Amino acid sequence: MNWALYLQSLCGGFLIGGAAALFLLLNGRIAGISGILGSVLEPRSAQTSTNLLFLLGLLLGPLVYALLAGHLPRVDIAAGAGTLVLGGFLVGFGTRLGSGCTSGHGVCGLARLSPRSFAAVGVFMAAAIVTVFVTRHLLSAGVS
Amino acid sequence: MRPLAGGFAGLVFGIGLALSGMLNPARVLGFLDLAGDWDPSLAFVLVGAVAVSMIGVAVARRRPRPLLAARFGWPTADRIDGRLLGGAALFGIGWGLAGFCPGPAIASLGLGIGKSLLFVAAMLAGMALYRALLRPRSQQQQPAP
Repeated sequence: MNWALYLQSLCGGFLIGGAAALFLLLNGRIAGISGILGSVLEPRSAQTSTNLLFLLGLLLGPLVYALLAGHLPRVDIAAGAGTLVLGGFLVGFGTRLGSGCTSGHGVCGLARLSPRSFAAVGVFMAAAIVTVFVTRHLLSAGVS
Repeated sequence: MRPLAGGFAGLVFGIGLALSGMLNPARVLGFLDLAGDWDPSLAFVLVGAVAVSMIGVAVARRRPRPLLAARFGWPTADRIDGRLLGGAALFGIGWGLAGFCPGPAIASLGLGIGKSLLFVAAMLAGMALYRALLRPRSQQQQPAP
């Protein structure tokens, strides 16, 4: 058990939840990243400047973390180009069809006790776990 | 003020992703790999985030309006239908393949990682295809979660 790592993850979670609470209490909006990103693709959205600045802040966050922590956060991407393109496409299409992702349904929806979000989180967690099981333990059996 | 508040919320969100480990697809896949060498640490991210988010929701429900806007944009959809479950399933498969969900993918762009850019480009293409093919015609606004 790595309690220092768990504590760090918990504190990161506090910040993510704090950001969602701020966005709700200040702007009155749900901090769902896929929804914010999708709205940017809507030319007539009234919230475009807020959405763009939210995304800019999101993108700068890891750099501010690096300044504070003194090292860059780790990002290890094992997937190849084809897997990334397929995965990215499914994430983009699926989050719009299902009206949310880990932030909108997970962080915000579960906090609102939304039955839709509990259903969505259950389904995407299960689908992701099965996908990892298939790719890591069935398809590449004996390889990795 | 609203765009600045949004930018600040995004910044805090991004710092949280970096601190928590969610930014790292290897950690995410380790968390999803129940049958392998399971890394439970990211469950603490969800617990911490939902706990603080719940406080925000509880405070918001006691207030007539947000500080910088006319009203709270609470999601109104309440039906658990094929779109919700099908979309969540496709998202889950993509998440399990790459280890990225939308927030960490965008946040990692700031670090100048080429593979992140590839993932985000494909994600935007998926969103654009959804918009072209399947967006509900009666609604200008996408139903929020």
